Amino acid sequence: MRDSTYAPIIRDGLWSNNPALVQVLGLCPTLAVSSSVVNGLGLGLATLLVLVTTNVTISLISNVVRPEVRIPVYVLVIASAVTVIDLTMKAYFTELHAVLGIFIPLIVVNCNVLGRAEAFASRNPVLPSLVDGLAVGLGFTLVLVALGGMRELAGQGTLLSQAEVMLGEWAGWMTVTVFHDYPGFLAALLPPGAFIGLGLLIALKNAIDRRQLARATVAQRALASSPAT
Amino acid sequence: MLPTGAMLRAALTLGLFAAVGVFLVALTHAGTRDRIAEVERQALLRNLHAVIRPEAHDNDPTADVIEVQDPLFLGAEGPVPVYRARLAGQPVAAILTPVAPDGYAGAIRLIVAVYYDGTVAGVRVLSHRETPGLGDLLEERRSPWITRFAGCSLGDPPAEQWKVKRDGGAFDQFTGATITPRSVVKAVRHTLEYVRAHRETLFAPAPAAAAAQRSE
Repeated sequence: MRDSTYAPIIRDGLWSNNPALVQVLGLCPTLAVSSSVVNGLGLGLATLLVLVTTNVTISLISNVVRPEVRIPVYVLVIASAVTVIDLTMKAYFTELHAVLGIFIPLIVVNCNVLGRAEAFASRNPVLPSLVDGLAVGLGFTLVLVALGGMRELAGQGTLLSQAEVMLGEWAGWMTVTVFHDYPGFLAALLPPGAFIGLGLLIALKNAIDRRQLARATVAQRALASSPAT
Repeated sequence: MLPTGAMLRAALTLGLFAAVGVFLVALTHAGTRDRIAEVERQALLRNLHAVIRPEAHDNDPTADVIEVQDPLFLGAEGPVPVYRARLAGQPVAAILTPVAPDGYAGAIRLIVAVYYDGTVAGVRVLSHRETPGLGDLLEERRSPWITRFAGCSLGDPPAEQWKVKRDGGAFDQFTGATITPRSVVKAVRHTLEYVRAHRETLFAPAPAAAAAQRSE
């Protein structure tokens, strides 16, 4: 029972209904902030935190709120949560906050957050909403990190550069210079690189899905044609 | 159309959530305000120490501030803070944050430290939107270009040489990017001219409040 409740939620958020690759929601931060792994991870985790907080809150209050005013109430909840997280990040992760800049407050208008509130959290109990927030947030974070990795590698030949900005001085060693004396590939760091990179990721996901479908069909046919034993 | 009672309840719900939201945000603001002010001061101090050696002064320049305004020479419309570094009460350097308004992609914010004798202690870029890979050689971590200014003054190189090489001056441009360094060279020269013209005001003794704070 438990498995059948949560497994589809997790699969939806991470893969089959991935916010960035399938729904293509929250495109603005996805494209703007994914110029490096660390930036992607930072914004991804902030969005994840907002999603979990708002999903849980909205699931708790959904019975109290009249349907006529539900959207304004959701926006209020989301805006409060984002502002609290924005201030906290500014106090404790100042440098990362400076890099992510305007995109933290803009999580308020990330369609994913209001989308999950309306489509899932308002109709489901607390625990599934929590899992949904985690899964969707994680799916979003993974795409941001993958896209950030692609662009950072192609653009400046490194991975995880400036990890110390997010994790503190000790994390400086995490930076990997993959290509030494890399001349840099500007297009990958500029907005066109973000569009092309996201396009490639969506194509990759579709290709994997198609291959799996083909394999499943073949297996089914084999099963159907083989005589029952 | 909703009945009045339902409408009232809806309005109350909305008001209640607004109040709770405001309360939470206010609480967080109160809880983080001091820390945010402190990390901002630390960040400012780090920037200041990028352009002047920490052991060159013994005061707290973030507390010894005056504001000046000169859109023509400092590039900013509004007031610009000037931080003063002092050693044993004697003026050492003034640190200004001028703006180079004519970068390739908008304004370039600089931090420039000028010694009492008018030579440059150091220049760094605070923020810019120049093209990655071309104009961003301004950043110290990408190229040593910006350190070229240390030790320069209005006489060295001579005033007519305060240009990039393409314009017949003494400063290198970047391959594929001339506008960016041209704009920065001009802004630094303007800053030096401003400091020369207002030397007495800029290096005037610290106000009593700052002096008292220092002796604590």
